[in-house]
Amino acid sequence: MTAPTTYAWEIEARELRIKAGRRTAVDGVTLTLGRGVHGLLGPNGAGKTTLIRTLATVLRPRSGELTLLGGMELRHLRRQVGYLPQEFGHYRRFTVREFVAYVAWLKEMRDIPAAVQRAIERVGLADRADDRMKTLSGGMIRRVGIAQAIVNDPEILLLDEPTAGLDPAQRLRFRELLTELGTDACVVVSTHLVEDVAAACTDVVLLSQGKLVFQGTPDQLAARGTEQHAGASPLERGYSALLGIPNRPGSW
Amino acid sequence: MTHHPGDSLLRRYSEGAVIPADELWAVESHLETCAACRARLAPDPVAEAVWAGLSPLLDHTPQMPRTKPWRRAYGWVSPAAGPWLAMILLVTAAAVALDRVGFAVGDRVSLVLLIAPVLPVLGVAASWGRALDSAYELTAATPRAGLPLVFRRTAAVLAVVVPGLAAASLLTDVGFARWLLPCLAFTVGTLALGTWVGVTRAAIGLVSVWAVAIVAPTIAYSRTALALGPEAAPVWAALLGAGLVVLGTRRMAFTRLEGNR
Repeated sequence: MTAPTTYAWEIEARELRIKAGRRTAVDGVTLTLGRGVHGLLGPNGAGKTTLIRTLATVLRPRSGELTLLGGMELRHLRRQVGYLPQEFGHYRRFTVREFVAYVAWLKEMRDIPAAVQRAIERVGLADRADDRMKTLSGGMIRRVGIAQAIVNDPEILLLDEPTAGLDPAQRLRFRELLTELGTDACVVVSTHLVEDVAAACTDVVLLSQGKLVFQGTPDQLAARGTEQHAGASPLERGYSALLGIPNRPGSW
Repeated sequence: MTHHPGDSLLRRYSEGAVIPADELWAVESHLETCAACRARLAPDPVAEAVWAGLSPLLDHTPQMPRTKPWRRAYGWVSPAAGPWLAMILLVTAAAVALDRVGFAVGDRVSLVLLIAPVLPVLGVAASWGRALDSAYELTAATPRAGLPLVFRRTAAVLAVVVPGLAAASLLTDVGFARWLLPCLAFTVGTLALGTWVGVTRAAIGLVSVWAVAIVAPTIAYSRTALALGPEAAPVWAALLGAGLVVLGTRRMAFTRLEGNR
């Protein structure tokens, strides 16, 4: 039995200010995230990766407060976090199983082989488990990245652009997996694909130039847009409305 | 409990045969409380029947192969460091070979002495630096990241470098104390400096300083630099101690990305 949780939100951030180099990449973000799938949306350079890195505890905020899982001690907390960085570095000579097992070891897990097998099966790579990673396609490498993130059944799962390099069928399967994971974990997915959010997320967080522009359900986001705004779907129009993207063809 | 189910009823239950609902309910609730009847329920044929159904499935399911023993070494050696460790041994061998054939820098300054401090720095940079370890961000976010893991990685590098250099110093008659202290001081210095600027940058900086301040004058003036003489030993020891203190106080840097720039 696991002990009942004693916190209201898995992730609580207040007035977070984070620097990336000299630039302030995240500027005064306040948000609370609970269980479910949260889509972190925003244009390039909005501060999505910096925010996710901070949630993964590898960057320290310059100011503000960040409480994860009710404020645990760092090492204990990290055992309950899964993280897929935007640039998923891996060892080409490792097999899929060896790599996921190595990450499981880094996460100080017990009963590693069974957990590794389960994670690899969940991303549909069981038949390639003993192949070296240099023989895999880009989409498969991405799935290994997801497998290493979920191997410890994390309470907080942070995925930075996990759908990059997946083909349409794999994206569909990945959305199913996301929905499944979101039932008992707090999943934060950064993406700039609005349709991913529509299909799999229970909640949208929209960042622009380091500031929180919107937090709500996908339906609420769609409601912000009107026919005058740029975009092919209601959600895209809501996105354009909030970011103030002009409806002029040809402009970036 | 006075009424135990009869043998035939129990057998039909265990085979999953159709039993009237009220009887089924009675049998099940009785089994929950009566250990003796549960024991009657599970004679060998049941276990065998289950196994007969299961074993063909197990043959199809891919089984987990045992970890190869050399893969377990990754608890100590960084997976990115392997080729670099091999290179370090090669460089050591090359220095010995050059010394042996009489290639002398100045008045018999040993090449082994000149390369000893910078060799482990390479290995440490490969174990924790962003430039050489592609999975640095993944590693930095795990609970194991931090000073204990850094020390393990460093110990693995030293376990390769020090015996190599020891053999080299025996072959070339250079005293142990003259290279061991600078070697350790540089290793710890790289990590200590790395807590501010990142291990990769610290490694590049220290190797450059070594090349400019020690190696270049040694070649230019053709004599062993003071820093490599026996008199310098206390200085190296002090530097080593200072490095360890810095590492201890700034150890949290290795749990963040700042440690492996």
